[in-house]
Amino acid sequence: MLTFKGGVHPPEGKELSEEKAIVRLELPAQVIIPLSQHIGAPSKASVTVGDVVKTGQKIGEASGNFSACIHSSVTGKVIAIGKYPHPVLGTGDAVVIERTGEDEWFEYPKHAEYAGLSKDVLLGIVAEMGIVGMGGATFPTHIKLNPPEWKKAEYLIINAAECEPYLTCDDRLMREHGEGMIEGLKIMMKISGAPKGVIGIEHNKPHAIAHMKMLCANEDAISVAVVQTKYPQGAEKQLIYAVTKRAVPNGGLPIDAGCIVQNVGTAYAVFEAVVHGKPLIERAVTVSGEAMNEPANFLARVGDTYENLIKKAGGMKDDTAKVISGGPMMGFAQITVENLPVTKGTSGILAFPASMVKCEEELACISCSSCVDVCPMKLVPTTLASNVKYKQFEQVKKLNVISCIECGSCSFVCPAKIPLIQYMRIGKNEVRKILAKERQKEEVKK
Amino acid sequence: MNKLVVSVSPHIRKDISVSKIMWIVTAALLPAYAYTIYTFGVRTVWVTLAAIFGAVVAEAGMQYLMKRKITVSDGSAILTALLMVYNVPQGIALWKVALGSFFAIAVAKQLFGGLGYNIFNPALIGRAFLMASYPASMTSGWAPPHGNGALSLAKEAAQACLQPNAPIEAQKLVDAVSSATPLGALKAARVAADNPEIRETAHNIWDALMSPDMIKEAFMGNIGGCFGETTALFLLIGGLVLIFLKIVDWRVPAGYIGTVALLAWAFGGHDGLFSGMPLFHVVTGGLMLGAFFMATDMVTSPLTRKGKWIFAVFLGVLTFGIRTWGGYPEGVSYSILIMNMFVPLIDRYTIPKVFGTIKEAKA
Repeated sequence: MLTFKGGVHPPEGKELSEEKAIVRLELPAQVIIPLSQHIGAPSKASVTVGDVVKTGQKIGEASGNFSACIHSSVTGKVIAIGKYPHPVLGTGDAVVIERTGEDEWFEYPKHAEYAGLSKDVLLGIVAEMGIVGMGGATFPTHIKLNPPEWKKAEYLIINAAECEPYLTCDDRLMREHGEGMIEGLKIMMKISGAPKGVIGIEHNKPHAIAHMKMLCANEDAISVAVVQTKYPQGAEKQLIYAVTKRAVPNGGLPIDAGCIVQNVGTAYAVFEAVVHGKPLIERAVTVSGEAMNEPANFLARVGDTYENLIKKAGGMKDDTAKVISGGPMMGFAQITVENLPVTKGTSGILAFPASMVKCEEELACISCSSCVDVCPMKLVPTTLASNVKYKQFEQVKKLNVISCIECGSCSFVCPAKIPLIQYMRIGKNEVRKILAKERQKEEVKK
Repeated sequence: MNKLVVSVSPHIRKDISVSKIMWIVTAALLPAYAYTIYTFGVRTVWVTLAAIFGAVVAEAGMQYLMKRKITVSDGSAILTALLMVYNVPQGIALWKVALGSFFAIAVAKQLFGGLGYNIFNPALIGRAFLMASYPASMTSGWAPPHGNGALSLAKEAAQACLQPNAPIEAQKLVDAVSSATPLGALKAARVAADNPEIRETAHNIWDALMSPDMIKEAFMGNIGGCFGETTALFLLIGGLVLIFLKIVDWRVPAGYIGTVALLAWAFGGHDGLFSGMPLFHVVTGGLMLGAFFMATDMVTSPLTRKGKWIFAVFLGVLTFGIRTWGGYPEGVSYSILIMNMFVPLIDRYTIPKVFGTIKEAKA
């Protein structure tokens, strides 16, 4: 079966929610919309307190090239702009809108027939509609779909691996809105110029695979690739290798291997943006975990709170000890769920009981080489970690810590419970500083 | 709502721990251990208790003196003690075993910093200490179990080939065979083969030692030797279980045993190249124990795949070399100790190329 070297097999946990169809939540009374829901510069608010806004109206402008704009997810009045909890940043600036009624949509052009539109127009729509990578990394899509002239895209790969345990929103989205997703894929292929489209699905999603294969039966340019269920199969470089057998050059980007990878949700959002004139204001979220009373998949508006979604999922059990935004391998543990907004990148809300939250002592490395065996980037995590511990950052740089994708596989397997990923993060930080200094020196020389 | 725990990702971990690994390896040694009690009797238990006593006192004592957390419960000291038992002959005095075990833990492990920091395999250091301090005790006292097992076969075969007016050395050689371990007997035969007068007897003994019957007996454990030199079959079973459970990487035992077998075939016979009997070398001596339980000790073996192969092959070369051309009949413990020294170097030079290194991208 198609796969990559390394990786781990955490317990899947998908059975909790994979058969729960996506339920559209009723509109919340209030939404908290963060200005930073993407990689890059936060957007600048373009509304002020007291402004009345329609659903889908732009409320934040992209600041600069490497940014994205944001839109209101309800019809209502702006009641506050300030610092609010943020699932990734801790706290961040956000626009709070109080809903005053049902949706009154801000009108955007709809293009059911987009074949006649030029690449630039389509790209403009993607940017205007605030679309970012919905797998969790939230990279601005209009930048990814527009590589430099000399880098040709050969494959547009849909990342339908959903390798994180518990998450099932992409699975359900494919099963329930497969046609829309494929339209989105075609639009993205047109924009990027990629002649071939591949949908990479992990083999633990048999229904999605069957459905996608059926939908692509008559599509010459699009195929379905079934990949082995393994974490982190959904990591860009690993998915590209599994599907095309190409290795993204170290230090390079997927486009250097002729590939562009986009999440299932992102493809669907592109479809909705171009064909229905709808900006990115809602997304599928899996609310699950052993401490969640009624795990479910919801279609939630951006800005709806974690607290609300958890309530709609029957609430959390009394012995809940951890709430995670995203998946358990790379997600972020939250301090509170009150006033914590769902963002464009919130793929999951997981609740873990106290029995699953362990505080384990870090022991000395016993050189078991488990971390070396599982690293999908072929690094030696334990050597990197000990070099970081002893502050040997030049050595850490030589050992390619920058190539670490922070998937967490090494920390997952370590029997000595060493927080290897944390050492890698520290190492990456320090090496980036070293590299920045080196670049500065180069520029001074010029 | 209760306070939530905030920590860095990943938020789930594999259900494995250092302690679990140690206890699983200990459990894998039990089939061999049970057979050892069957063959050598209750003395095995006393020797084990003495070894455990020495190891635990060393660990707890050293950690207490060095003001560190006492970690005896992680099972690593007890594992070392059990491996010490396998490295001593049955007749050894209990206090010597305890002392060797104490030395292994206190010096080879705790003085280096405790679990994870030792360079040398502690059980083998313990054995080396006893070999140097009490060579006589360590090279005798093999009580061949249940009659004298297969060595009597060798002796009978050799006796049969002995001519009536053969020189006295020949008779001495034949007598020596039944009181030695198979490897000891082979060494004696090999040395004796240099003497043209008794060469034929020596070669007969050589052949008898390498006969299929002999090998079967050795595999089943009916020969003299240290506790761990005898039960090749059960050690193999335990070792395969560990490989199946992914506690032990198959590369080290495969490379080690494979190299020894290859060299034994090439250089182990007395009729020139490629006339040797590889199985003899594989089932005798501490090779099974060494390949599956000692060379695979995680702390003292390489991290990388390439490194493990290099380690294993050199181990094979050293072991066969010492057994055949060196002064000792058995080479496993010293080969492993020597290669332990090279592990940091091997690790340094076998760091794999990062995924996406340009050569790979072109392939």
